[in-house]
Amino acid sequence: MKIVVFVKVTPDTAATVKVDDSGNVTWGDAPLVLNPWDEYAVEAALQTKEAHGGSVTVVSMGDESALEAIRRALAMGCNDAIRIDDPALAEDDTLSTAKVLAAAVQKIGDVDMVFFGRQAIDGDTGLTPAQTARLLGWPYVGLVAAFRELDADGGTFTAERAIEEGRQVVASKLPAVVSVAKDYGEPRYPSFMGIRKAARAKVPVWSLADLGIEAPAVKVRLTQLMNPPKREVQCEFIEGETPEEIAEKLADKILAEKVL
Amino acid sequence: MDFALTEEHKMVQEMVRKFANEAIPIIREYDRKHEPAPLLPRMAELGILGVGIPVKYGGQGLDYISLGLVCEELEYADSTLRVVMAVHMGLCAQTIFHWGTEEQKQKFLVPLAKGEKIGCGAFTEPGHGSDFAHIQMTGRREGDYYILNGEKMWISLATLADYAIVTVRTNPEAEKPHRGLSTFIVDLHSPGIKRGDIKGKLGVRAGSTGWIAFQDVKVPVENRLGEEGEGFKITMTAFDRGRYTVAAGAVGLIRAALDASVNYATERKTFGVPIGQHQLIKQKIARMARDYEMGKLLYLKAGWQMNEGIRATRMTSMAKWFATEAAFQAAHDAVQIHGAYGFSDEYDVERFFRNGRGSIIYEGSSEIHTLIQADYALGYRRDKPLRIELPPYDPEEWQ
Ligand SMILES: Cc1cc2nc3c(=O)[nH]c(=O)nc-3n(C[C@H](O)[C@H](O)[C@H](O)COP(=O)(O)OP(=O)(O)OC[C@H]3O[C@@H](n4cnc5c(N)ncnc54)[C@H](O)[C@@H]3O)c2cc1C
Ligand SMILES: Cc1cc2nc3c(=O)[nH]c(=O)nc-3n(C[C@H](O)[C@H](O)[C@H](O)COP(=O)(O)OP(=O)(O)OC[C@H]3O[C@@H](n4cnc5c(N)ncnc54)[C@H](O)[C@@H]3O)c2cc1C
Repeated sequence: MKIVVFVKVTPDTAATVKVDDSGNVTWGDAPLVLNPWDEYAVEAALQTKEAHGGSVTVVSMGDESALEAIRRALAMGCNDAIRIDDPALAEDDTLSTAKVLAAAVQKIGDVDMVFFGRQAIDGDTGLTPAQTARLLGWPYVGLVAAFRELDADGGTFTAERAIEEGRQVVASKLPAVVSVAKDYGEPRYPSFMGIRKAARAKVPVWSLADLGIEAPAVKVRLTQLMNPPKREVQCEFIEGETPEEIAEKLADKILAEKVL
Repeated sequence: MDFALTEEHKMVQEMVRKFANEAIPIIREYDRKHEPAPLLPRMAELGILGVGIPVKYGGQGLDYISLGLVCEELEYADSTLRVVMAVHMGLCAQTIFHWGTEEQKQKFLVPLAKGEKIGCGAFTEPGHGSDFAHIQMTGRREGDYYILNGEKMWISLATLADYAIVTVRTNPEAEKPHRGLSTFIVDLHSPGIKRGDIKGKLGVRAGSTGWIAFQDVKVPVENRLGEEGEGFKITMTAFDRGRYTVAAGAVGLIRAALDASVNYATERKTFGVPIGQHQLIKQKIARMARDYEMGKLLYLKAGWQMNEGIRATRMTSMAKWFATEAAFQAAHDAVQIHGAYGFSDEYDVERFFRNGRGSIIYEGSSEIHTLIQADYALGYRRDKPLRIELPPYDPEEWQ
């Protein structure tokens, strides 16, 4: 199987992200990492390759900082990597990104499956996977928690989706785009062999010209960014002699405040 | 001069940091129980037990600097994790890598570097630590075997290891006592070996430290490392490797003490301000920050020397001496900054303090390193070329 996994570089989850005085998002000197949700996508892509043969290509659109994410994915076991970068991509939204990514899938050619993480922890939209699928004209199965069957030759698979109500089982044709949920299972550690390979890897850069497309029009513009207003929180400890008494007082409070 | 770590180094660091974070809750539990934490299988699985050995000998092909970085990350979590690298890798695997024949490397080094077998270094005896040249344990040649008798004490991983590098007296008549020693690779599952863990230790409570008793243990001649009578020299080079890991680990302990102290000092308030704003607290934090950088520069220089094939005995001794004393000071100050809470195992700093105490004693006590450094400076001591030098790091060769 020919598998592509798309990844994005994001600030570390431990970083304190805020909007500075000039209206830009900053995260101090916190490191950039592979988007944590994408780790699950890489894991799922690698497991699919291990079960059905083939190769996994990791692709990221972004400036040189995207190499942080790409190297991590290579160290986990991806076979090769491509970075997409072009000065014309300075401004983007999810749809314009999806157009670039779809073009990359076309250029790679003969791709059977495309993996995404469920969303990026910075923008947090979760839109790009579905948009990419739509542009390719391929089925989209979001929030995959497990694959039940995958018939690479017959071109079909069945997956369990982790949705709010529980699990939903979906059958689909290949090629397809999937996004992977946390329920898929813990992503593997990068191996030292993988690290050595990733550290030395020369990652080819594709421009828009290489993809044969113009810079896609951007439809969504961020007009202003601001920090969320500080909320005044009052904390009250409910005390009592016995757990029963505390529970009773708490229940009264909840009813009085119309929480329930 | 380039102070930057390579991309490879940074990724190794990041990976081991992740493992160390995963290990911390387990360490806390086992340190309290005073039992070895069951983390060796995970370390083996992740390849950590093969850092510092070329791929062709079962290792990960990562250089000596990587080994130091790994030790720093491991001891950031707990000294016992770094102790594993000190003895399994430093004292055992790398000593075989340095001195072993090709057959010995294939037979012993490959499974060690793959983490299928665990190694340790058994040198200290109940009656002899610093005064190593006078050890008592004997090895008597009988045909194709040596018969080992005696006891080793304070041996890290004593009860968990499969192989030990053991130095014993093979020639009681040698003119100078240190010339009568020889070193062996001993399979610890051999008949005649008894071993156990020492209880009631001040620190490294989540790790194994024990004794190994040998009664008429038959060791084949082909397990002798180097020549007969070369045991003292071989053991000293084993210490070079062990000390390097201890130095790098101690730097990790300083960082752990610093991070814990900074967290606490910015949150705890006395007299209306965070205690970090009191000058006397600043002094302690400043010292930790300084010593972290200094210790790191020292061990990285030693790592660079080994990579380049430059003898690192002097540098590793200096790095070990400085970093372990600085780490204990940092842990001591971290406890102080935490006030009464530092006196409780609710916070990690009391564990840092207990663990940090041991490193000033083992792998050459501070007194011994003081003497070594003085003797180098005074010209009383000089490194003579060895019959076999430690192989330098060669990116092509090691892959
Ligand atoms: C946790 C732990 C793990 C260990 N792991 C291992 C291991 O894996 N393998 C192993 O072989 N050993 C190990 N050891 C033993 C360690 O190497 C010895 O404890 C160390 O070498 C000191 O020897 P000693 O304890 O016999 O002290 P001694 O040599 O008896 O020294 C006692 C004191 O006298 C001082 N002293 C000695 N000679 C001089 C001198 N000439 N001038 C000034 N002062 C001097 C010492 O510095 C020390 O303060 C371990 C010890 C500990 C605590
Ligand atoms: C074993 C034990 C037994 C105890 N027994 C008793 C007891 O019987 N009765 C009792 O009442 N208490 C007892 N205590 C509590 C003890 O008195 C306090 O721990 C001590 O007063 C320090 O207070 P703290 O722990 O709140 O630290 P903090 O006051 O929070 O201090 C934290 C750190 O900041 C430093 N610091 C604070 N202010 C300044 C400043 N202005 N400038 C520079 N540095 C500053 C402190 O020196 C310390 O290093 C006991 C503590 C222990 C560990």
